[in-house]
Amino acid sequence: MSAFVGKYADELIKTAKYIATPGKGILAADESTGTIGKRFASINVENVESNRQALRELLFTSPGAFPCLSGVILFEETLYQKTSDGKPFVDLLMENGVIPGIKVDKGVVDLAGTNGETTTQGLDSLGARCQEYYKAGARFAKWRAVLKIGATEPSELSIQENAKGLARYAIICQENGLVPIVEPEVLTDGSHDIKKCAAVTETVLAAVYKALNDHHVLLEGTLLKPNMVTPGSDSPKVAPEVIAEYTVTALRRTVPPAVPGILFLSGGQSEEEATQNLNAMNKLDVLKPWTLTFSFGRALQQSTLKAWAGKTENLAKAQATFLTRCKANSDATLGKYTGGASADSAASESLYVKGYKY
Amino acid sequence: MSCFTTKFADELIANAAYIGTPGKGILAADESTGTIGKRLASINVENVESNRRALRELLFTTPGALPCLSGVILFEETLYQKSSNGTPFVDMLKSAGVLPGIKVDKGTVELAGTNAETTTQGLDGLGDRCKKYYEAGARFAKWRAVLKIGQNEPSELAIHENAYGLARYAVICQENGLVPIVEPEILVDGSHDIHKCAAVTERVLAACYKALSDHHVLLEGTLLKPNMVTPGSESAKVAPEVIAEHTVRALQRTVPAAVPAIVFLSGGQSEEEATRNLNAMNKLKTKKPWSLSFSFGRALQQSTLKTWGGKEENVKKAQEAFLVRCKANSEATLGTYKGDAKLGEGAAESLHVKDYKY
Repeated sequence: MSAFVGKYADELIKTAKYIATPGKGILAADESTGTIGKRFASINVENVESNRQALRELLFTSPGAFPCLSGVILFEETLYQKTSDGKPFVDLLMENGVIPGIKVDKGVVDLAGTNGETTTQGLDSLGARCQEYYKAGARFAKWRAVLKIGATEPSELSIQENAKGLARYAIICQENGLVPIVEPEVLTDGSHDIKKCAAVTETVLAAVYKALNDHHVLLEGTLLKPNMVTPGSDSPKVAPEVIAEYTVTALRRTVPPAVPGILFLSGGQSEEEATQNLNAMNKLDVLKPWTLTFSFGRALQQSTLKAWAGKTENLAKAQATFLTRCKANSDATLGKYTGGASADSAASESLYVKGYKY
Repeated sequence: MSCFTTKFADELIANAAYIGTPGKGILAADESTGTIGKRLASINVENVESNRRALRELLFTTPGALPCLSGVILFEETLYQKSSNGTPFVDMLKSAGVLPGIKVDKGTVELAGTNAETTTQGLDGLGDRCKKYYEAGARFAKWRAVLKIGQNEPSELAIHENAYGLARYAVICQENGLVPIVEPEILVDGSHDIHKCAAVTERVLAACYKALSDHHVLLEGTLLKPNMVTPGSESAKVAPEVIAEHTVRALQRTVPAAVPAIVFLSGGQSEEEATRNLNAMNKLKTKKPWSLSFSFGRALQQSTLKTWGGKEENVKKAQEAFLVRCKANSEATLGTYKGDAKLGEGAAESLHVKDYKY
């Protein structure tokens, strides 16, 4: 094959397929210490380890949430944390059919000579780090590449650099037993229309899959985490059915059928928007050779965070809120979501932050 | 979209989808004057226009054959020929629901500095030629790129040149209303095993689809004509199920779902081999978002030619032989071929010619 088939091949294929199980998706709980600090600040909670541990314990012990999830992406600190009665988080997750994943990139840096475009770092000693993470119980990884739309963006350089970085990350993961989630996020920032977003998304995804092929990545043992195709943040919104049509068309034009699942990022969408859009995609009557599901961070946790506000007495309420979003998104992966899951205004709140830096 | 917008978009999409109709496929009857000369020589028939016309009339008037076909690829001369009762061939085909196609490439030339690798010519004035062909009734086109497997082949240069030649041809066709069949043939010549063929096929197809994306080709209005994935001509043969598995996997890893149909070339396979392999692919239970059909030249005509021998009195028997292969392949596109087709003379005969030059 042109694909590298190492000792982990069967396991990678099995894990990727499991993560893509219809009815399930991923909770992206891999906020770095800095990023989770911003979230905490918004609910007046101190950014200390015990609070970070408490938040994740809240999420991971929500009754009824596990069946909606096939995986959780963790930040390195969380991979080694335990519940308050001493059980490692990874064990808790695995015992409940939820695969632990690990964010392995080290953030973005500017590409000199471009208009604020970036590339992602983290390749140095990545193999060794993946081995450590595998030993700690992780079975998939995530690396976020970022592109933006502008008059002359994304540039050919930015597309090539980010695609190649993703490909190199992906093969290193596979060499070390981790299913790589390939995430080429095209930011929503801008006043462009949905057609522009579609064109850029298609160009970027075509470059990504060429790079993955060049690097001998085993596609059956990968997952894709793309942006949905939407109008820019400064443009008028469109209906979920329109987003669904443009998004699925873009994917049909670029993502080989060998990829078992596509898990969307939510970008700056509100919880409810993200769910409605995912639902519309799964209702679309067109041939889709990969499952379409979620890998949501903010769009799964926003209202839960607000309900919690760092207080133990709010635990049950926060967990119930979290379960509501989990179930809504689980339904959306089956095209069965009927809307209005939360009476909570927080669910409809846009989570868009201009020029968002993780 | 990243694809270009054309007034022909709807028509291209409809025609490409029609060609992929289950139960139908393409007769490649586009042998150039030189090539058909070799075929006619093998049955002691003079290579004159009346004989070339007579052969094609024999094929196109075979009772019951046209329903098995969605298209016929023609050489330029044939596009303007008529049956003996004065009906233009294109009209005869169209009224029977068979789309006329036209070979538009001008053969291969060597790439200097390589080990006899080639590129395909024919881009000069291609747009004007396509317009004329459309006016004459053609609705799809074909361009054959050729690659070979060797110690250092295919080289990156050969892959790139052929992929980008195909892409340029494809978009010019679409600008002028013709559905481009994209044909990157990897020759079967060699002693390599099936894994090598699979690796090369995946690499070549990945390059093709990157090139098509770069050139803004509308994938929904194209077809792919690839080689099947097989051992080299000097290697031991394998079962149809093995060929099916490797071939479909290679396609799953490279061909986007937006492509409506894949129509295989037969290379040097015998009529019966080609049919059995196609049948095995359609029986395979796995993700196939495109239909899998045939675009056979030799593998549809070999025994018909032998039976005809250029003699008027053999026409009826020759037509029966042609119908047998048409029906067998029609069943193979549905995975229902039982292998019981009455084998005409030469149906099991290998059609491999080392280093075949068209």
